[in-house]
Amino acid sequence: MLDASIRNKYTAVIGLEVHAQLLTNSKMYSSDANEYGNMPNTNISVITLAHPGTLPKVNKKAVEYAVKMGIACGSTITRDNHFARKNYFYPDLPKGYQISQDKTPICVGGKIEIKLKDGQERSIGLTRIHMEEDAGKSIHMAEEVDTLIDLNRAGVPLIEIVSEPEIRTSDEAYAYLTEIRKLVRYLEICDGNMEEGSLRCDANISVMLNGAKEFGKKVEVKNMNSIRNVQRAIEHEIERQIIEIEKGNTIVSETRTFDATVGDTHSMRAKEDMNDYRYFPEPDLSPLIITEEYLNEVKAKMPPLPNELYKKFTKQYGLSEYDALVLTDTKEVALYYDELCSLTKNYKAASNWIMGPVKSYLNELTLSIEEFPVKPAQLADLIALIDANKVSFSVASQKIYPELTKGTTKSALEIAEDLNLIQVGDQDFIQQVVDEVLAANPAKVQEYKDGKKGLLGMFMGEVMKKSKGKADPKLASELLAKSLD
Amino acid sequence: MKTYHSLSAIQKDIKEGKVNCTTLVQFYLKNISEKAHLNAFLEVYEEEALAAAQAIDQKIAQGKAGRLAGMVIGIKDVLCYANHEVNAASKILSTFQSQFTGTALQRLIDEDAIIIGRLNCDEFAMGSSNENSAYGPCLNELDNTRVPGGSSGGSAVAVQADLCLVSLGSDTGGSVRQPAAFCGIVGLKPTYSRISRWGLIAYASSFDTIGVFSKNIPDNALVLEIMAGADEHDSTVSKKPVPAYSSLLNFNKKAKVAYIKETIHSEGLNPEIKERTLATLEKLKQAGHEVEEVSFPYLDYILPTYYILTTAEASANLSRFDGVRYGHRSEATGDLESLYKKTRSEGFGEEVKRRIMLGTFVLSASYYDAYFTKAQKVRRLIKEKTEELLKDHDVLVMPTTPTVAFKLGEHSSNPLEMYLADLYTVQANVAGVPAISIPNGVDSQGLPIGLQIVGKAFDEATVFAFADYLMQNQLN
Repeated sequence: MLDASIRNKYTAVIGLEVHAQLLTNSKMYSSDANEYGNMPNTNISVITLAHPGTLPKVNKKAVEYAVKMGIACGSTITRDNHFARKNYFYPDLPKGYQISQDKTPICVGGKIEIKLKDGQERSIGLTRIHMEEDAGKSIHMAEEVDTLIDLNRAGVPLIEIVSEPEIRTSDEAYAYLTEIRKLVRYLEICDGNMEEGSLRCDANISVMLNGAKEFGKKVEVKNMNSIRNVQRAIEHEIERQIIEIEKGNTIVSETRTFDATVGDTHSMRAKEDMNDYRYFPEPDLSPLIITEEYLNEVKAKMPPLPNELYKKFTKQYGLSEYDALVLTDTKEVALYYDELCSLTKNYKAASNWIMGPVKSYLNELTLSIEEFPVKPAQLADLIALIDANKVSFSVASQKIYPELTKGTTKSALEIAEDLNLIQVGDQDFIQQVVDEVLAANPAKVQEYKDGKKGLLGMFMGEVMKKSKGKADPKLASELLAKSLD
Repeated sequence: MKTYHSLSAIQKDIKEGKVNCTTLVQFYLKNISEKAHLNAFLEVYEEEALAAAQAIDQKIAQGKAGRLAGMVIGIKDVLCYANHEVNAASKILSTFQSQFTGTALQRLIDEDAIIIGRLNCDEFAMGSSNENSAYGPCLNELDNTRVPGGSSGGSAVAVQADLCLVSLGSDTGGSVRQPAAFCGIVGLKPTYSRISRWGLIAYASSFDTIGVFSKNIPDNALVLEIMAGADEHDSTVSKKPVPAYSSLLNFNKKAKVAYIKETIHSEGLNPEIKERTLATLEKLKQAGHEVEEVSFPYLDYILPTYYILTTAEASANLSRFDGVRYGHRSEATGDLESLYKKTRSEGFGEEVKRRIMLGTFVLSASYYDAYFTKAQKVRRLIKEKTEELLKDHDVLVMPTTPTVAFKLGEHSSNPLEMYLADLYTVQANVAGVPAISIPNGVDSQGLPIGLQIVGKAFDEATVFAFADYLMQNQLN
């Protein structure tokens, strides 16, 4: 470990390039299926195979998804889009070039708002978001001399989200990626699965002495298959660079690969060996024009975004930042909560219900909230019953809620009535129960009167038991106290 | 059987029972076999063409035949035809079969054209003499020691030597018009994007067009009319409606004709061609048309612009030929890099390699702006100036080529000399406008001279009508 006093002399400068595979039915420039997990080389046609005489055609859905991401990040959407060829030879790149965007990325600027663990908020600027196509996969099998190529992934639509070098710590990088993953999932444009590679991240990292005006030489780190590993790789790379500099060595611009098993990075190639990609305008695609009308159409289709819901939950519903963060983690939960809040005014209770009984039910059965059998209206009803003192929370959560989760069309009130659970506020009835309980426990009554006030809870339990939970606990507690004193 | 030079004559005789598709195909097959030394065909679809002829004869009998019934067509070896080989006259694609049929070709087949075979050309359509074919040069029928022009040499000779009625070529810098001129026939390059490029093996995508060889204008116009128009496979193709060119051939007005003085007065122009061109212009004046000399100051910049941009595009277009998925793969490979190097070194010919190298160079980071960016700017200037000239005139008229058909091997050692063969044709490709070459007599050795007519973008109708007018009235 690097000594903190040395570590703290340096500032890290981090920029992230995130590739997100878009959840379209077909590929970026052909009608071949965009499906993960099929038998190798089945999602391929003459276009994917780059047979002579074939031409690309832009997938309109992919464009819409890229525009949605741009709108969500507050980017400027480029109206006159040109595609470009990025040239390099590799066996999993059938055309020998990737159709990408160079000078006219579909989204320019914008930002990602991040929240750090200590509650601090930051905004990370985006340089650009552009559209491109994925390459196939080269598979190097053990004991196999030949490299195998699977072109199912070749041509799958991607957006590349490039941040400004404004990230300073691995925690910020972690928060930035978490936020991007949340955004693409909210927008339903990418499943955000880093393990399967549908979301990928390369990190450009350099370090400089605090207050320095010029960034250090940057190193690109690849091959991190989880957000946690991106954080680990950045942390390791920052320390490695500081140690090198402290030793008097200079950092060389290079590409390094992260080894998750040991948590360090290895050099892959020096920058000087890097390809000259020879970008030039793609002559096989006409320019893509984004009109005002189209942009408005897409804007109208935008789902609510996590930040908007977070603000609504904290400001309008008065939730704590923590609760709001948990509830906005996925769009589906957030929308469930939001709908619930349109049916009840007890926002805090609604939040508690979702973060408590609902979450544990879903976790236990590994269900998503879309599969949750209790409708927001039913839950709102249940909350209303408690608020009206008709049932206690414990009766609600232990007796009525389990019935609701069986998937009934009955309301919470109907269930409570069916099961005879409605609290009784009748003073005579409760007084009678209290009297019976006290009469049955003369020794304990004496102990209480001798000062063992803690026994009140025991009496209360007996009253609730005898009344089968129906006694209004507030009233019961009052009458008990009065009778004992 | 007599030799036919137009579809209308064929269809008339079919109607009168004097000929049928089967006898037509047999006639062409016999010619092909007798003139095999011209090396025009790389493959003849003998049985298929006969089978198609029989089927179409039946359709004719039932009154269900398409508009091209009776038209026998040869196709340049850069057009994809499902389950047929397409080699681009290159060793790298030897034995490669296409899995689909290109849009233009499919539209002709749908109208009952009979496809008789695959025609020789310069490798990947790069060349002006057909000498760059991996399958040997094609010979000019009029003088077997001379080239037919290129790159669509085989397509030109096939029509010239009556091996088929009409043929398809491709024109990126003059590859249809120049061989048409050398062979004494009609060759059209339509407006860029008029015909879908789906199924045309790319040389330089922003210049490539499919073109048509014929002996007359009506056949040429009909074939374009059928091939052209929107196509879901090609996002660059124009969606403009396609006029019925073949029924718009009546040119009955006083034409406003311009000729570019720099083309007529250029040093390299053969004096006999110059004389013939001026004589035609004079005849036009005599016939009451307005003929104006105009200046086009960018003539010297056309070829460099063309070669920078086309080679840049070609260098990327030809990257897919890497021996990984199809086509030639070198047997002498070890690692990945040697697979690429050896496959491509063995598979590509000299001219193709030269253009890939040149294109890679002009796109490289250090030279990009000096060459590629500048050439793009000059292309815009050339396009604007050409459009400006065409705004005030119906057509531009000029020689198709600076020389007549040259001898085999005459320019083989000097690529720059060879490039000059396209001096007058390249302008239409750089500007994207339509142009046609029609016969304009012969020189003192009896070698054909071509006259080029250039029109406004998407105004093929005027180009055809004016060309037909010249040919009908023997003003050419």
